[in-house]
Amino acid sequence: MGVERWLIGLLVLALAGPAAAILPIQHWQTAGGARVYFVENHDLPMLDLSVEFPAGAAYDSAEKSGAASLTNGLLRLGADGMNEDEIARGLADIGAQLGASSETDRAGLSLRTLSSARERRQALDTFARILRNPSFPQDVIEREKVRLIGALKEADTKPSTIVAVNFYRLVYRNHPYALRSRGEVATVEKLTRDDLVSFYQRHYDRRYAVVALMGDITRGEAEAIAEEVTRDLPQGNGLEPPLPPVSRLDTGVRRFIAHPASQAHILIGAPAIRRGDPDYFPLFVGNHVLGGGGFVSRIIEEVRQKRGLAYSAYSYFSPLKRAGPFVIGMQTQREQAGEALRVVDSTLREFVTNGPTEDELSATKRNIIGSFPLRIDSNRKIHGYLALIGFYRLPLSYLEDFADNVGRVTIADIKDAFARRVDPERMVTVVVGPEPAAVAAR
Amino acid sequence: MPVNVRMSNVVIRAACLLVAAALAALSPATQASTEENRLANGMRVVVKTDRRAPVVVVMLWYKVGSVDEVNGVTGVAHVLEHMMFKGTESIKAGEFSRIISAAGGRENAFTSHDATGYFETLQSSQLELALKLEADRMNNLVLSPEEFTKEIKVVMEERRWRTEDRPRSLVFEALKATALTAHPYRRPVIGWMSDLENMTVNDAADFYRRWYAPNNALLVVVGDVEPREVFALVEKYFGPIPARTLPVRKPQNEPVQRGARRATVKAPAELPYVVMAFRAPPLRDAERDWEPYALDMLAAVLDGNEAARLNRTLVRGERVANSVGASYDGIARGPGLFYLIAIPTRGRSAAEVESALRREMAKIIEEGVTEEELNRVKAQAIAAQVYQRDSMSFQAQQIGSLEMAGIPHNTIDVQLKKLREVTPEQVREVARKYFRDEALTIVQLAPQPLSTRRPVAPPAGVRHGR
Repeated sequence: MGVERWLIGLLVLALAGPAAAILPIQHWQTAGGARVYFVENHDLPMLDLSVEFPAGAAYDSAEKSGAASLTNGLLRLGADGMNEDEIARGLADIGAQLGASSETDRAGLSLRTLSSARERRQALDTFARILRNPSFPQDVIEREKVRLIGALKEADTKPSTIVAVNFYRLVYRNHPYALRSRGEVATVEKLTRDDLVSFYQRHYDRRYAVVALMGDITRGEAEAIAEEVTRDLPQGNGLEPPLPPVSRLDTGVRRFIAHPASQAHILIGAPAIRRGDPDYFPLFVGNHVLGGGGFVSRIIEEVRQKRGLAYSAYSYFSPLKRAGPFVIGMQTQREQAGEALRVVDSTLREFVTNGPTEDELSATKRNIIGSFPLRIDSNRKIHGYLALIGFYRLPLSYLEDFADNVGRVTIADIKDAFARRVDPERMVTVVVGPEPAAVAAR
Repeated sequence: MPVNVRMSNVVIRAACLLVAAALAALSPATQASTEENRLANGMRVVVKTDRRAPVVVVMLWYKVGSVDEVNGVTGVAHVLEHMMFKGTESIKAGEFSRIISAAGGRENAFTSHDATGYFETLQSSQLELALKLEADRMNNLVLSPEEFTKEIKVVMEERRWRTEDRPRSLVFEALKATALTAHPYRRPVIGWMSDLENMTVNDAADFYRRWYAPNNALLVVVGDVEPREVFALVEKYFGPIPARTLPVRKPQNEPVQRGARRATVKAPAELPYVVMAFRAPPLRDAERDWEPYALDMLAAVLDGNEAARLNRTLVRGERVANSVGASYDGIARGPGLFYLIAIPTRGRSAAEVESALRREMAKIIEEGVTEEELNRVKAQAIAAQVYQRDSMSFQAQQIGSLEMAGIPHNTIDVQLKKLREVTPEQVREVARKYFRDEALTIVQLAPQPLSTRRPVAPPAGVRHGR
């Protein structure tokens, strides 16, 4: 513990240096109700901006799976009198980079631009017009559907896709987290322009918008930008779109799917934890020992270092608005899938029963706390935290408290949290590659 | 994980591969500068101070990659990279990673055709630890048969994951092996499976003894550091390591190509995939060359933004392609290639996208590119210089990869200037000169149905691994 305290002390000292200027997160709401998160930093003449909404694939219905992602992708393909090429050229002419992202919970647009007046003004003007007045051209929708269906059919031949799609279906059953974010061939074929327009109107609601800004602008400029990019956004129906709770698995499930690939692709897991859950830090720190700490974690030690069974093997928690998954993953030569499964299973059971050792916990804390400055050493990373804190309404002090929250985790906390959240008897296991008989026989 | 083979066949969708660094727009306070030093044993050190965060990136480059391998032991540069984490006379197997981790650091490594790199990212107060550990494994590596036996299996798993089960990786592997006949770039960085199956610990040990020496290394340090302190620490840990006589590097120049080459890869997939590669000169003299800059701009005009020619015409307009790409790898020790890539829309054939690509090439040869198009991609390149400053590891990567290709890192400003001077006529001229059938190789993926039966029984060695 002495070493850890010293490291935390060192960290605080380190943060009092250059990083101190970037940590104070400024937060306010726009006139329309959007939540804004801002860090002012003038080291580089650039600005990172994002506007995100509760508009990810979790808000798709099973019948219209893929609507969230397609809506998001269409924004930049026509807006406010500009066609897709005019939008792209206008941004490229000033070196601006536009991003569109659609994840499980959230979706939105991001922008990276030079902060010099001419470039910034032109980039923000285009960005705001795209966000507030997308035109969803019928002809472009038809083309994008054809492209998407082609990409989905291609993806469906790959073991990495097959394993993930089946895994999420089994883990989340009737919950929208079971849906593939890009949709299915059958549902995408049926999506219409009306579907996209109504998804946009309902979900790109200015009251639930989260604006994150990082970089070379003043507070006054940030306020004006936040108003500009959320002004005239849709008003939805006044309610934050609901998401049903996730139910736990009643039993374990094993699914084998034959595929000719030389490696078996394996995913094991279950629903586990939402963002902001008090169990987060014990699970995060514990998982660092189990399978999240890269080369020094138990799973990689057992699977790769000791036995040479796989190139990559890992575990992680992915907290979401509702219970996000705990996942263990690896790929191994198909003939040895059975052995790999046994090794991982016993590694997991041993960890859930006994937790980490004192030495492991101490080394893990030293890594997580000591590497904290690496988490916020660029504008892009800091911007990413702003967007995350904003969307999930995490405390503004999330980053400042991070080291303390990690430092106070005990072995008992980890055992307790794992006992309640990770039940080896009730896990989904999906193996793509070998026939079940081939695995059982070994 | 410590084995991120940077396959040069991974085509990067970047507006610009050549350009780099400082721009007038940057405020003087944050203008990063580099300082350089050379030890008596020949080791070079480049330090770039960047004080935005209390962090340092240490990147040790060895100028040795798959290009330095010989037939029968392909992949040994990369296997050795794995073995560099398996212990020295004073550090046990796996301890390297544990020590860096407990110091709050992250570590990794990569192997390419041209070079092998090892890097640690840490709080800047931990700089000395990284230097000490890197110096130790430069000279004192212990290659044990037991560790090798396990690790070679990991590398074979990596090859399966990276290449064997990925049809598009197989296309690039076939492309390199077809486009080049004499030059070692024709061999995959990860190595042929048969060579991995038959590799011994002695192969790795021989390679280590031949190439891992201070006079074959470049240390790049970027971050919140004082150059003089870095130089002193480097002297302390690397200074005592003796220089070695390095093997003579033969040029292995590629003979003149005398006609188009074609190959087909059959693998489970839904959509075809077409890659055309033209032989093109890499950058050799940053001041005097002009063609590589024009080729770089040509790639950007074709594929540097969403409204660039290939996407606008083939994906959005004609709708013959699901996606397209163009790139040029001009920073390399060996021959350069200019790539055009297309995936046809469902229902369209590989032949159709190939002729669509050829039409676009012909249009540039006949009509050239516009001033407007060129200015647009130059603006993107200039802005990218600023954005790249946001990442310390990118800056270290950029310095190292230029130097490994024999291009001084302090020509980065010159390169940006040269890039901005490229004219539409120069772009047309390189298109005319290099988009020729005589210099072309085309490889296409012929999609096969997803049979649940194994297509071919693997050879015995694959099944048993050791």
